[in-house]
Amino acid sequence: MYNPAPSECAHLSCRPSSRANSGNHVVSSPFLEAVAVTCERDGRVLFEDLNLCVGAGEMLQVTGPNGSGKTSLLRILAGLMPAASGEVRVRGGAEGLLWIGHAAGIKALLTPEENLAWLCALHRPADRDSVWRALAAVGLRGYEDVPCHTLSAGQQRRVALARLYLDAPALWILDEPFTALDRQAVDGLEAHLAEHCRQSGAVVLTTHHALTVTPERYQDLPLGTPT
Amino acid sequence: MNWTWFHKLGSPKWFYEISGRLLPGLSIAAAVLLVVGTLWGLAFAPPDYQQGNSFRIIYIHVPAAFLAQSIYVMLAATGIVGLVWKMKLADVALQQAAPIGAWMTAIALITGSIWGRPTWGTYWVWDARLTSMLILLFLYFGVIALGQAISNRDSAAKACAVLAIVGVVNIPIIKYSVDWWNTLHQPATFSIVEKPAMPAEMWLPLLVMVLGFYCFFAAVLLVRMRLDVLHREARSSWVKALVAARVGEGR
Amino acid sequence: MGRVFVSLIVREARLLCRRPAELANPLVFFAIVIALFPLAIGPQTSLLQSLSPGLIWMAALLAVLLSLDDLFRSDFEDGSLEQWVLSCHPLSVLALAKVAAHWLFSGLALVVIAPVLALMLGLPGRCLPVLLGSLLLGTPVLSLLGAVGAALTVGLKRGGVLLALLILPLYIPVLILGSGALQANLQGLPVAGHLLWLASLAVLAVTLTPFAIAAGLRISVGE
Repeated sequence: MYNPAPSECAHLSCRPSSRANSGNHVVSSPFLEAVAVTCERDGRVLFEDLNLCVGAGEMLQVTGPNGSGKTSLLRILAGLMPAASGEVRVRGGAEGLLWIGHAAGIKALLTPEENLAWLCALHRPADRDSVWRALAAVGLRGYEDVPCHTLSAGQQRRVALARLYLDAPALWILDEPFTALDRQAVDGLEAHLAEHCRQSGAVVLTTHHALTVTPERYQDLPLGTPT
Repeated sequence: MNWTWFHKLGSPKWFYEISGRLLPGLSIAAAVLLVVGTLWGLAFAPPDYQQGNSFRIIYIHVPAAFLAQSIYVMLAATGIVGLVWKMKLADVALQQAAPIGAWMTAIALITGSIWGRPTWGTYWVWDARLTSMLILLFLYFGVIALGQAISNRDSAAKACAVLAIVGVVNIPIIKYSVDWWNTLHQPATFSIVEKPAMPAEMWLPLLVMVLGFYCFFAAVLLVRMRLDVLHREARSSWVKALVAARVGEGR
Repeated sequence: MGRVFVSLIVREARLLCRRPAELANPLVFFAIVIALFPLAIGPQTSLLQSLSPGLIWMAALLAVLLSLDDLFRSDFEDGSLEQWVLSCHPLSVLALAKVAAHWLFSGLALVVIAPVLALMLGLPGRCLPVLLGSLLLGTPVLSLLGAVGAALTVGLKRGGVLLALLILPLYIPVLILGSGALQANLQGLPVAGHLLWLASLAVLAVTLTPFAIAAGLRISVGE
């Protein structure tokens, strides 16, 4: 299941490394590249000189105990938070990535349809039909036009995740996407993530839950391990 | 264009070394200028033909008011440097200069109102200059309060930078609107420094005092910045080496 | 870009219409503050009339400030701001749309009820056009400047008092010009100068503050 297949871009390290080593076997420009990224929170160094690279078809799972900097790393990669040092490159800039954080930007007063339509409008507008199809894909058929505050936490999570079933950018950065989902929804999402990677997409995610379906090019980045 | 020299300027270690060399000279210059200017201004300059000896407070009031205004402009300038070039040292300078600026504004206000007592017969008059100064003090309070409220140091510095820039754009507007308000509502009063022809024996000590205040500000700012740099860089190797060397000397 | 501007305004309109209390609270505050002044300084009509320009403007300024405290708060808490920062559209445009929507509802409502309260304070009816004009030009500036403070303090647990501390000094020119216009009108003096100055402040605020608001939002989201 865990298959560290040699990929054109597989390169992870928490150690200072020279760019010459990693640069040689890069074929196409990766979706996401981080070079010597250091994260500091209030004077405490969470991780230092972290290099990573995510190309087409790859899934990167960031693991580690609470407080090890998983969310911080994802926020730095998405460009929400400045790194203390180092550089992050995303192909296509803001248009090239889709971010779903702990709080996913779902307004309780709006309906799932309105929420989704607005979140899509921030990138590329989606028509009503595709929004309804996406909501049906996450099992929210019949809930399209009730206010979100009447939905359960798991259902609200599904509204956010419905963005993954729309015309989305290729790189997905997901912070704990499985929170509050039931077994069936978890399986569906895992399969969808693997399918996205198969279609030359890329996924970076954190989760405490052990993935049962992983794409061929799956990597694991443990944070907070004593080095 | 190669900007490495510029970033070197922002290196804390380099700053610490250079400021250590500048500091003694600046402190001595500040002390000498302030002592000379105070003695000259308070004891030797001739009394004003209209205000008598009460005018002598300008030797404190005017330099403090100058500094109060230029420090706010400096805050905005360091804010721009910090935001554009992400220079940590600019962040340090911004946060350390703000309290000094607030104190200078307070000194200018207090001396202004003390001067108002013999001149206007009351400690506070809603005079355009005094009102602008009061507003400047509030602007300083805003920057300081925002810096204290945000726990993350980098975010605090950036937020203060944005506020200082917004403030500095507003200062001329505030100043002109207050001047205008003042002329609409009050008969013009004579103000502290509107002497078109001040004799040299009166303005020379003032010049000395202004220079002295600027040197004093530079010295205090450097001391505060050095302390903050040490605090921020406490984990870095050069600070540890420095501390080890000092401890070794002490034994 | 124009499309996202409009769709953000529509979204905000929906949100405000679904929770009208948020819209009404600053208006009620405005009315209560105006009602407090006669109680504090006595009911003499002539005194109230001469003070009314300042009183109306002070109350309007505080009401705008109060309504701005949670301008971005819910968007910050539910993660919407993160999505805005990562959007393809410039954050400054989104910020401007947000403030525009806020002003279209709460600011305009304030302008609409102001004449009633002004008449209660004894402001003569002939001054109402100037009152409306000065508020129409001045309240957008108040909203935009306040939004800068709101963006900078949105991440803080208790930003309310701090917001007032940051923003009130910046409100001074608008206060002087707005109440000055009304005062001049009350005394039968020309007001074109005041109103033109207010208009230029409004233009300046519309062009410059969106960038400061965007910078503030980025800092707050990145903390």
